[in-house]
Amino acid sequence: MNPDTKTSSAPDESDKRITLEILRYIPGQHDKPEFQTFEIPYVTDWSMLDALGYIKDELDASLAYRWSCRMAVCGSCGMMFNGEPKLACETFVREFYPNSIRVEPLENFAIERDLIIDQAPFLEKLESVKPFIIDAAAPKTKPRDTIQAGEYKQTPTQLAMFKQYSMCINCLLCYSACPQFGLNQGFAGPAALSLAHRYNADSRDQGAEVRAPIVNEKDGVWSCTFVGYCSEVCPKAVDPASAIQLEKVNGMTDWALSFILPKGAK
Amino acid sequence: MAIEIKTGDIKVFLGKSVIIATGGAGRVFRFNTNGSIVTGDGMSMAYRSGVALRDMEFVQYHPTGLPGSGVLITEGCRGEGGTLLNKDGYRYLQDYGLGPETPIGQPQNKTMELGPRDKLSQAFWHEQRKGNTVKTPLGDAVMLDLTHLGKQKLLERLPMICSLAKHYVGIDPVKEPIPVRPAAHYTMGGIRTDIDAATSLAGLYAAGECSSIGLHGANRLGSNSLAELLVFGKVAGVHAAEYASTQPGTGSETLAKLAQEKVDDLIVLRTQTGSEKSSKLRQEMAFCMEKTFGIYRLAEEMQEGLDTINSLKQRFKNVRVEDQSRVFNTEFLMTLELRASLDLAQVIALSAVRRKESRGAHQRLDEFKTRDDENYLQHTLVYFDGEDLPKLEYEAVNITRSTPQERVYGTAGAEKKQEHKS
Repeated sequence: MNPDTKTSSAPDESDKRITLEILRYIPGQHDKPEFQTFEIPYVTDWSMLDALGYIKDELDASLAYRWSCRMAVCGSCGMMFNGEPKLACETFVREFYPNSIRVEPLENFAIERDLIIDQAPFLEKLESVKPFIIDAAAPKTKPRDTIQAGEYKQTPTQLAMFKQYSMCINCLLCYSACPQFGLNQGFAGPAALSLAHRYNADSRDQGAEVRAPIVNEKDGVWSCTFVGYCSEVCPKAVDPASAIQLEKVNGMTDWALSFILPKGAK
Repeated sequence: MAIEIKTGDIKVFLGKSVIIATGGAGRVFRFNTNGSIVTGDGMSMAYRSGVALRDMEFVQYHPTGLPGSGVLITEGCRGEGGTLLNKDGYRYLQDYGLGPETPIGQPQNKTMELGPRDKLSQAFWHEQRKGNTVKTPLGDAVMLDLTHLGKQKLLERLPMICSLAKHYVGIDPVKEPIPVRPAAHYTMGGIRTDIDAATSLAGLYAAGECSSIGLHGANRLGSNSLAELLVFGKVAGVHAAEYASTQPGTGSETLAKLAQEKVDDLIVLRTQTGSEKSSKLRQEMAFCMEKTFGIYRLAEEMQEGLDTINSLKQRFKNVRVEDQSRVFNTEFLMTLELRASLDLAQVIALSAVRRKESRGAHQRLDEFKTRDDENYLQHTLVYFDGEDLPKLEYEAVNITRSTPQERVYGTAGAEKKQEHKS
């Protein structure tokens, strides 16, 4: 009933080939990471994910990497291609052909295995910025857990203040891009700070003060030297660099006001 | 029981109640809109524990996936007035009972491009047969035209579509239509539950795409999956918690004994020698299901499909996992997923072969082209039976308020609605 099925994952194109050099590391098998070379068919519409899939299915079943959605929304497949952090599903073999491609796990993170890095430090940072609406006053004035309490309303302008920062898919490309994170693993980093700003800038939230100990600190926004590479590599145009600078402004304003406001005022 | 992917260790969890929310089984088909993990693992777990899988033959083909990757182009495009054109630039849907043609930018419910997904996918199939589809380097397609929206509106309303079309098919939707074609998208059927999300196994609940609560019938409406998650996610949570609060603890010895059997089974699968490669079996399964259980089905083809799946299940016994490492062994994980997928492929195949009528997403072009309410206004129930072919039964549909009607859209639909009102 189906007139146009292609067979399996084997390409039907000509005999063009392309070479991938992939960094391997299997705990128990390798003492340290080392490169392995694969030569695969060159198919113009293949993403790097398709290429890795071909290698895993046909050449070396032990190649391990994270992936899921194939369409740049889940943030799983971040890795380095010729030294640049990108999503494998949105990077295409044709961008490199006929040159060979060097594939490595995301920089600035410990390697778990092959192209898979340890995300635990990042997840801790994410949790530390309390990424949820904190409306401290509301329970006293208007209990929010019933529909009868009514919904929050926002104007388009209020939405615009935080919308782009809510588009982060936690792909970690910005952490690989950031040279400050490379030097100091304690730095909260672009994604975590953007997320903090996303909530601080949301008119429904009143948690800026609660987040300040993480955000407005040395390992918070003040480790950022505005290199801006994070915003360049972000696949979702979140512009984390701008979020961080905006929080610096908030931090500065807070600090300056603290000298002139009466004690106990907020 | 779970495998900690980071270490390869097996962890056992005692739950007084369990909710399965593992999603659908779309990856059993080669060309699909789904992510890698939509392999039906949870459905298979419930199935092997004795719970029926219901209505598995109803698989929704979403009309607008990108050729090649199958990446989903949202229905929202058609909601914004996007039109579907064949190779002659003609809005072909009007030839399939969905007309008359609505003005561009003024879509109407149940008409033309806002018709139901199964009808739109079927229309593509017919156009392809007639030679009216566009030949692209990635296969046959029809064109989704959004050019009437203009750059500002497109970027505001459908920014992700602009990005997807650019990356995966090199099209700028502001200037040109996007090539699209139907792709396997959603599994209407699943783990049979009642209205409280409870299965026949006390303490086991299921919610979301993995479940069959009875909400979607033979064809799910757009956006109902999201609504289902919100509503029945809560229902399942409330009832599972209630149930758990009434249960005493189980001795950890019982748990350890049950777990040991499963652990042994996993070790056998991981270490057995054999001649079959799981990636190959997976590709053969996906190709077979696409070919024989597509938008339109035929008795002989479906039987051939079922036979192939049965043979793949036999061959799976001989699978060898090449990667014997522990940390992040994704080949082993994918082999486990394949075991689940083969279960589901067999259930889908058997259910489809036996349903001798056409209804919703299960359409046949053999002698059973029409809907047969007399014999088949029934749910299909399939039960795991070890080594043997699964057991299939039927269960009456619970009809309370709305009796089955003829499905009409477009003008005919509007007229019927008028009749109904007066």
